[in-house]
Formats: sequence, structure tokens, C-alpha cells
Amino acid sequence: MAVARFDPFMRDMEHPVRPTRLGASVILLILIVLSLAAVVPLYWMFATSLTPSAMTVKLPPELIPSEPTLDNYRTVLRQPNFGRWVLNSFIQALSVTAVTVATASMAGYALAKLPFRGSKLLFWLFIMSMMLPFEAILVPLFLVVTRLGLVDTYLGLLLPLMVSPFSIFLMKQFIQTLPTELLDAARVDGAGEARIFWEVVLPLVRPGLAFLGIITFVAQWNAFVWPLVVTRSSGMRTLQVGLVLIREQEPLFFGLHMAAAVLAAIPVIVIFFAFQRYFLRGVTVGALKG
Amino acid sequence: MADQATDLHGGTTTLRPRAPRRGRGGNASGAGTRTGGAWGLLFVAPQTLLFIAFFLIPVVIAFALAFMEVRPTRMTWVGLDNFERVLADDLFKKALVNTSIFTLVVVTFWLAKAVLIAYLLDPMSHALQTFFKSAFYLPAVTSGVIISLVWLWIYHPNFGLLNGLMVALGRDPVAWLGNTSTALPALMAMQVIMGGGSSIVLLSAALARIPRDLYEVAIIDGAKRPTIFARVILPLIRPTLLYLVVTGTINTFQVFEAVYVMTQGGPQFATTTVVFRIYQEAFQRFNLGVASAQAIVLFIITFALAAVQFRLLGKNVEY
Repeated sequence: MAVARFDPFMRDMEHPVRPTRLGASVILLILIVLSLAAVVPLYWMFATSLTPSAMTVKLPPELIPSEPTLDNYRTVLRQPNFGRWVLNSFIQALSVTAVTVATASMAGYALAKLPFRGSKLLFWLFIMSMMLPFEAILVPLFLVVTRLGLVDTYLGLLLPLMVSPFSIFLMKQFIQTLPTELLDAARVDGAGEARIFWEVVLPLVRPGLAFLGIITFVAQWNAFVWPLVVTRSSGMRTLQVGLVLIREQEPLFFGLHMAAAVLAAIPVIVIFFAFQRYFLRGVTVGALKG
Repeated sequence: MADQATDLHGGTTTLRPRAPRRGRGGNASGAGTRTGGAWGLLFVAPQTLLFIAFFLIPVVIAFALAFMEVRPTRMTWVGLDNFERVLADDLFKKALVNTSIFTLVVVTFWLAKAVLIAYLLDPMSHALQTFFKSAFYLPAVTSGVIISLVWLWIYHPNFGLLNGLMVALGRDPVAWLGNTSTALPALMAMQVIMGGGSSIVLLSAALARIPRDLYEVAIIDGAKRPTIFARVILPLIRPTLLYLVVTGTINTFQVFEAVYVMTQGGPQFATTTVVFRIYQEAFQRFNLGVASAQAIVLFIITFALAAVQFRLLGKNVEY
């Protein structure tokens, strides 16, 4: 196996199957093509959002807007209820994240360290339910929410989204790694369970809480199906549903769709770059070691 | 996006049953057991109550409704009528076929792409790895609706980027989403191109854990790269692969957003998928009984896939 000793692309000279210099160039080429394919559509969204409407319907497409303008953004902001949709999306993402992180870490603590009669059964029930995707219970869930009179209300929108066996599992895996002796020591010192949870457990699993909070926020910001079926009035819609409504109302104004899409993408893209390491580290909660 | 579902609904986190570390009875070390009971129940209560109200009860109701005809004023027991209607419904069968093709193709290509990329990235410098992983991950944090709107524009029959490219290459423009033969493939291509972010990260972590000595030994034995890949790498990343295959399959099977935003199941039902069919039955035609019966068929398929997951993963926990 030939070795490219000075190749700046290679991580460490000791990697046993490092490629040859020619191999490295081919590899880079493949990676660039594949990553461009994934990123160019996002660039295209941005470019179109800056293109005046008249220029979007001409051939060939302009790869770089020759007369960039913010008109599309102004039109988006003038859409009735657009501000309301943004607000609703923030309400949804922030409240579901806060409640999920709080209640799932409590439940995770109970299942990891405070066994009670039936706790194993409950844990298995949670695990089994993770197998069933949200879409599969959409219809009956809608009926329950209808019966409770919560259709087109914030409670109806938010409560079902707060159920998160996955988060419970995640927090249980984090909390399980804490030494039980530490908790016992706190008990000997006379701390109550609530105080132990607040002052010992939570500070120690802070990275887990941060990770759960970040992925929950992103998932909730992007959620579509449930907000689509449970909201009715325009003022209750969330941004993701609003994007589809804008397109239905103005089917031919592509710059407008793309400007709205850019605005809807900004929060998650900011979060992605701010917390990149959480996304790219590939958190492997206890599982991969097992 | 294929794994967008996996992504956030599954996270960048691998969920696999842990191999039991201590003996059977040796969970928690005694101390918690005395005081644990009441406190444990208290701590677990909020999520459990939400779970009962918005998961367990709906599941039970789904099973009950599947045997009833639901009218605004009353419900009547109709036995297996709904299931007979579901099984006799050619459109539901078509949706099953479409969804199966979609899932098979998307999961295969998306996983092959992720493995290839993770493998190619493995010997690279940390900075380059981060750069490429970010590029591949970006579409995964962007919502399905946004991705769908962007691709609706790229696939536009008259002014879309793709047809611009076709014309530039001297070919005729194609109505990608308006044609029964190209609509489903167009949706599949989009999922494969935009998907893979979180799986690449997971596979990359799995590759990084492979002990270097194993490669050295293989090289000393005279193994060439393809052999090393097939005999050393693949077996060692198999648990991660299996996890991705099954969660990817389950989640891809629920494809809905792209269909709703881009094609509404058309043209001529060429892109009608199971979840989209259920959505139409329940929320456009208000046949809740039939929709519940369809949802139960979806339950059964999903649980069958999950059962496969448990068997395969269970086998792998012992290496």
C-alpha cells in the first residue's frame, strides 16, 4: 500500500488504510460532488429568494441573481398572520422543549434510580411505544383531542407533542451512569429526593439535558403533520403549515415561497452551527458500548 | 430527509438494548428501593399521564374504531367490514405498493451513500471531516416542508433548475412530478440526495472505534482494501448498520410530508402512500372507521418491522 506521507488531508499518518495520493483526490472529488448535491438545493432556495418574481420565470435559470432584491421578503412579512405563525412556532418549540426536558429527566431519574413496583413494565411500555411512529396514531389521537374539545387550541397542539418516550429513554441512559453511591451519600446527609434530583442529578447530566433540549427544539420547530391536522384557524397555524398555505395562495411566486422557506430555516440553521458538536459527535448514549 | 424522521425522532442517538452488565437481580443497589417507591411514582407521573392520555388511549381507541362505523352522532359496531373495505380498496393496495417501493429504494441508496461517505471520511483530518459532515447534516436539520418546497421548485416543469440543466445539455424538459413514470422516482431521488446526515455521523463514530491493530493484522495477512472492507469493517459496524436499516425502514415507511406538499398523491395516484391515504380517508373524507382500520394495518406492518429489529439487534448485542 503506497503511502502519501505529506498529504494534508489525512488525519494521521498511522491510519492503516489511508489512501494513496491519487486515491485521496478521487475521494475528495466524490465527497465534493455528493455534498454539493445536498447543499446546492439550499443555496438555490436562498438565491431564488433574492430574485425578483419576473426573473424567476425565465430561461435559463439565473444561478446568481443578477438583480438581487429583498422584495420577496417584504411580501412574506406582509402576509396576513405571518408574524402569528412565527410566534406560534416559537411557542410550540420552546414550550414543548421545556416541558419535555423537565418531565423526561424526572421520569428518567425515577426509572434509573428509584425503582417502584411496575417500573420495569412501565419502562418496557415506553420502549415498545417508540417503535410506533407518530403517524400511526394520528387518527385516534385526533379523536381524543376532539373529544376533549381541544382542536384548534394551544393545549391541543402542545400536549400530545410533549409525550416523548424517546426522551425518557435518553435521560434514563444518562442518569444510569451516575454512581448510586453518590446519591446514597446525599441521602445520608439528609437530602430529600427532590433536592437530590435538583442539586445532584441535574447538574451532573447537564450535557444530556442540553442535547435533549437542542434536538427537541429542532424537531418541534420542524414538525408538520400534527399542527396541520389539529389547527384550523389561520391564527393558530404554525410556520411550517403557513409555508404550505403561502404556496397554495400564490402558486406562481417562487421567490416568495423561497423567501418564506429561508425565514423558516434560519432558526434551525443558527442552532445547528451554534451547537454543531452536539449534532456531529453522534451521541451514543450507553448503547454503542453495550 | 430520508432520515429526517430518524434524525429527530430517532436523534443522532443509537438506541440499542444494553447488554446486561450486572446480574439479573442486581439492578439499582438497594438503597433506593426503600424510599424509591413513592418518589419514583411521583417523578414518573407527568410523562406517564401524558403517555396514557395521548398514546395508550388513542391506540386502544384505534383498535375499537376499526370495528365501528363512525357517524357524527353515533357509532355502530360493524365487525370486520372496515377491514374488508380496506383490503378491497385498490387505492390502498396501490399505496402499499408505492410505499414499499419507496422505502426499499430510499433506504438502500441512502444507506449505501452514508456508508460510502463515512468510509471515505474515516482517514481524513478532523477539520475536513467536520466540514463534510456539516454539509451533509444541513439538509437534515431543515424541515421536510422546506426541502419539499425547494425541490418542488427545482422540479418545476417550465422554469425549474433541473429542466434548465436538461435544456443546457440539449435534452427535452421533463414534467418530473407530473408524469406517472417519473413522479415517484423524483421523490425518491430527493430523499436520497438530501438524506444521510445523521447516519453518516453515527457510522463515522462506529468506524472510528475500530481498533487500528485489526487493520494492521489484515494488512500483514496480505488483505487488500476490498477484503478489509468486507471482512473487517462491515462486521464491526454491523450493529450500527442494522439499527439504521430498521429505524430507517420504519420511518421511511411513514412518508407523508413530501407527498402532501409536492404531489398530493398524484399524478393518477402514482405517489399515493399509506400515510397520505390514511390522511385523506380521515381528514378529507372523514371516514374515521376505515381510516382506523388502515392505521391498524400500518401498525401491524410497523410492528413486524420492529420485531425484525429486535431479533436482529438482540443477536448482535453479544457481538
